[in-house]
Amino acid sequence: MARILLIAEHDGTTLNPSVAKTVACAAEIDAAEIDVVVFAESASQVATEAAGLDSVLRVLTVENAANKHPLGAVLAPQVVALADGYSHIFGPSTTFGKDLMPRVAALLGVNQISDIMSVEGSHTFKRPIYAGSAIVTMEAPADAPVVATVRSASYRAIGGSNSAPVESVECAVELPAHTRFVDLQAGSSDRPDLQTASRVIAGGRALGSEEDFDLIYTLAEKLGAGVGASRAAVDAGYVPNEMQIGQTGKIIAPDLYIAIGISGAIQHLTGIKDAGTIVAINKDEEAPIFEVADIGLVGDLFTILPELSEAL
Amino acid sequence: MKKILVGLKRVVDYNVRVRVKSDGSGVETDGVKMSINPFDEIALEEALRIKEKGAADEVVVVSIGSADSQQQLRTGLAMGADRAILVETGESVDTLSCARALLEIVNREDPILVIVGKQAIDDDNIQTGQMLATLWNRPAASFASQLEVDGDTVRVVREVDIGLETIEVDLPAVITADLRLNEPRYVKLPDIMKAKKKPLDQIPFADLGVVAGPQIKQVLFEPPSEREKGIMVDDVQGLVAALKDKGLV
Repeated sequence: MARILLIAEHDGTTLNPSVAKTVACAAEIDAAEIDVVVFAESASQVATEAAGLDSVLRVLTVENAANKHPLGAVLAPQVVALADGYSHIFGPSTTFGKDLMPRVAALLGVNQISDIMSVEGSHTFKRPIYAGSAIVTMEAPADAPVVATVRSASYRAIGGSNSAPVESVECAVELPAHTRFVDLQAGSSDRPDLQTASRVIAGGRALGSEEDFDLIYTLAEKLGAGVGASRAAVDAGYVPNEMQIGQTGKIIAPDLYIAIGISGAIQHLTGIKDAGTIVAINKDEEAPIFEVADIGLVGDLFTILPELSEAL
Repeated sequence: MKKILVGLKRVVDYNVRVRVKSDGSGVETDGVKMSINPFDEIALEEALRIKEKGAADEVVVVSIGSADSQQQLRTGLAMGADRAILVETGESVDTLSCARALLEIVNREDPILVIVGKQAIDDDNIQTGQMLATLWNRPAASFASQLEVDGDTVRVVREVDIGLETIEVDLPAVITADLRLNEPRYVKLPDIMKAKKKPLDQIPFADLGVVAGPQIKQVLFEPPSEREKGIMVDDVQGLVAALKDKGLV
């Protein structure tokens, strides 16, 4: 039997969508008993949401003023204090999970598996390496806890018709004071979230400026789509960092992905290869993006985009 | 003396199209161009800038790997590092052992900062910096896009999924460098010549007394599944028709 402890990511009021996907991965392990733990200053709202996720056995809450902002250094010792008896400790492969889980693994003295994309057995998993150019099957030893992050784009959110019990627990461990939260500048939230949107439109360097990126926003509004960008567009300052898609940015899996003026470097493609349908619009017919596109259109984005916004 | 330790990993170059070996035992690295992991290059650049501003006195680059990693360390020295340490091993080293080995070097060198790339572009693990800091019982500011050393603390802007988070950490600390922290300098020919005279210590991995944790086996390497070949449309009308056809709009 597998006993799985899953670390919930949240913003104090809402559960991050990656959690339902991480639960979906955990539920693929045979005879899994899944506990979700919420570390927060005040956990009830998030805990209720987590308790609704199918396959969750219990929700544990650890309420502490020190847990107001999710700092990996502060959370890791608390996770370890709860870890006894669990065969697996999972977190989402978001910046939250990527920062936290290696610390948990280090405290437990084990190696960590990053970005699980499929479960092959209770201790056997597949994950991408080299920006997705290779897939490796990893076999973890059965006599040590499996600490892992789960690649959200590989899973569909698990259903939400559960009502698991919520239990408050104490973590009597000393917490480090060497790391302090200062401030968070969150991007605009009036557009659909890039990682959960069913449609995503992304622009590349070919947009040429921050102003012309409006062409992408206009089309996105028309389609109710999330908006992303290539690394080049972020580096050029057209859009903020949280919009970057790819190996070092976000990995997405929308039903429809439209890449506009993005050449399609391997580092970008790894972030979109799970999309249902990929549409590419680019003036260079040799652009590698066309190798993965389901629908390609060669042409000038500055004439195509207004036409497309009009036609939809 | 205030030191900054920078980790440099030798990896398959960013521009190489990586191929899986036909027997599934790994990826092709024979005859493939190798470079410093790009994120580690950014880490080194940041260390050099901190030294140039007077907040540190010495930059030491360290690599764990085969004797070939000397090439990447020499490049680091040419960029401006003062000396290099190669922890030499012919075996592949798991991340926990790598962090434990780095901790040994940290204990010997006593740096104020350790800066490493946020991830290596070969195994894409994103673990080493956080593991090292945890074993060292010191802070790790991961995914740094901006940092400022101010006395005994560092203020770090981190690239997180929802935007930019600022945290403050006490020194000594580990920082992991994200893409937009800086743009690394180009190496000039005279610097390459100068780098040949800079010290490069070689320490056998076994001499560090690292005890390995439980091993995770990599049992099979496969190429990713290919997407099916798509269609090309001639104009916006064709695109809209194709999207409608698939029920997407």
